[in-house]
Amino acid sequence: MSTPEIERLADLLAKLPGLGPRSARRAVLHLIKRPGQLMQPLAEAIASAANAIRTCTNCGNVDTVDPCRICDDPERDRSVICVIEDVADLWALERTASYGGNYHVLGGTLSALDGVGPEDLRIGRLVDRAKSAQVTEIILATNATVAGQTTAHYITERLADAGVMISRLAHGVPVGGELDYLDDGTLTAALKSRREV
Amino acid sequence: MDWRDEGIVLAARPHGEGAAVVQLLTRDHGRHAGLMHGGDSRSKRGIVQPGNLVDAVWRARLTEHLGRYTIEPVRHVAAQFMDDPARLAALSAACAVVEAVIPEREPHPGLYAATGALLDALSGGERDIWPAVYIQWELGLLHELGFGLDLGSCAATGETENLIYVSPRTGRAVSRAAGEPYRERMLTLPSFLRPDGRGGGADDADFAAGLKLTGFFLARHAFDPLDRGLPAARERLDVLISRSSESTESPSADC
Repeated sequence: MSTPEIERLADLLAKLPGLGPRSARRAVLHLIKRPGQLMQPLAEAIASAANAIRTCTNCGNVDTVDPCRICDDPERDRSVICVIEDVADLWALERTASYGGNYHVLGGTLSALDGVGPEDLRIGRLVDRAKSAQVTEIILATNATVAGQTTAHYITERLADAGVMISRLAHGVPVGGELDYLDDGTLTAALKSRREV
Repeated sequence: MDWRDEGIVLAARPHGEGAAVVQLLTRDHGRHAGLMHGGDSRSKRGIVQPGNLVDAVWRARLTEHLGRYTIEPVRHVAAQFMDDPARLAALSAACAVVEAVIPEREPHPGLYAATGALLDALSGGERDIWPAVYIQWELGLLHELGFGLDLGSCAATGETENLIYVSPRTGRAVSRAAGEPYRERMLTLPSFLRPDGRGGGADDADFAAGLKLTGFFLARHAFDPLDRGLPAARERLDVLISRSSESTESPSADC
């Protein structure tokens, strides 16, 4: 027989991705068995993050400071902005350690089906940033989906008079990928994006 | 019960953590929804992109249930023209319009075949063919819904030549002479739709005129009764082509 506190904790954990009611109860039991090592530090970390984390008003990244550390970093190349759908994409690009410019997080893609229009994304702010004198290139790194590419085309249109170079990520064969296992769409994109060696 | 059919993906909406409710336009079962486990996962999201041709198996305990789809890819259509904004906009518009106006689980084999032809035209390399095919496809959709336009002869005089207008009231073609007094109110009949027209392809001006024409009747007959406007994807196609048509000089001066 569990207490209302435990029930509430299990209910909240069950709302997390990858956890259902049963796995949430297992997680609660795990936490209860390690109050000092895990439960208390986790509660403090969550409370601390909830109080400190905010969205960067410049790029849409999440950080504890506004503007975020990436926008504020003088070492980064401020002439290039990489446009991404979500903060998870920013983290993925940062993991590569091969990009040193700034970012702009759109917060989603245009979706007629779900009623997401340009006004629901951070496109206006991107246009303002692109028009600043120091920006020379915008990299469109939206996903290779119909919604992602439709959004990329829309942004290209909006940035037509911004006077910046607009590029997009290449589509094609992934590193370690075998042609035999690729779908025809990826192969077509790879053929279209071939380059001289 | 279960069935197997070929289909065209119209939409896939995330459901829960990794699943998606997928809308297909199938050959024998019409527009049909179903739950696809893993449909929103990284490995399977590419299969259910709008416009893709798929082989689908639908299973449910009762026919009225949502049911579950097992979907295998047949052809990734959108991937072939992701870098072309107009073709991508046309694909999105076609999928959005079909999803909005075709009743669920009502077979429309003619529309399925026409949509397949549209996808072939969009995937093809010829720039000037697919816009005409798109307009013909929307005219076919209007016909399938019971609101076909009569563009073969003049509504006023019966003549079959010099047809350059369409009456917004009747949806019938009108000749230059008969329509001249009402030209402000008339819709333009694009040259590739005229009986004496050159046929084949459409330039941007023709395509824009065609979109205005079919958009007007789709809005009136298909969307107004639903108390909604044309889908945002269809509006975006209209804006994109109108802008492109304004930026290029129109060769169809006889419109």
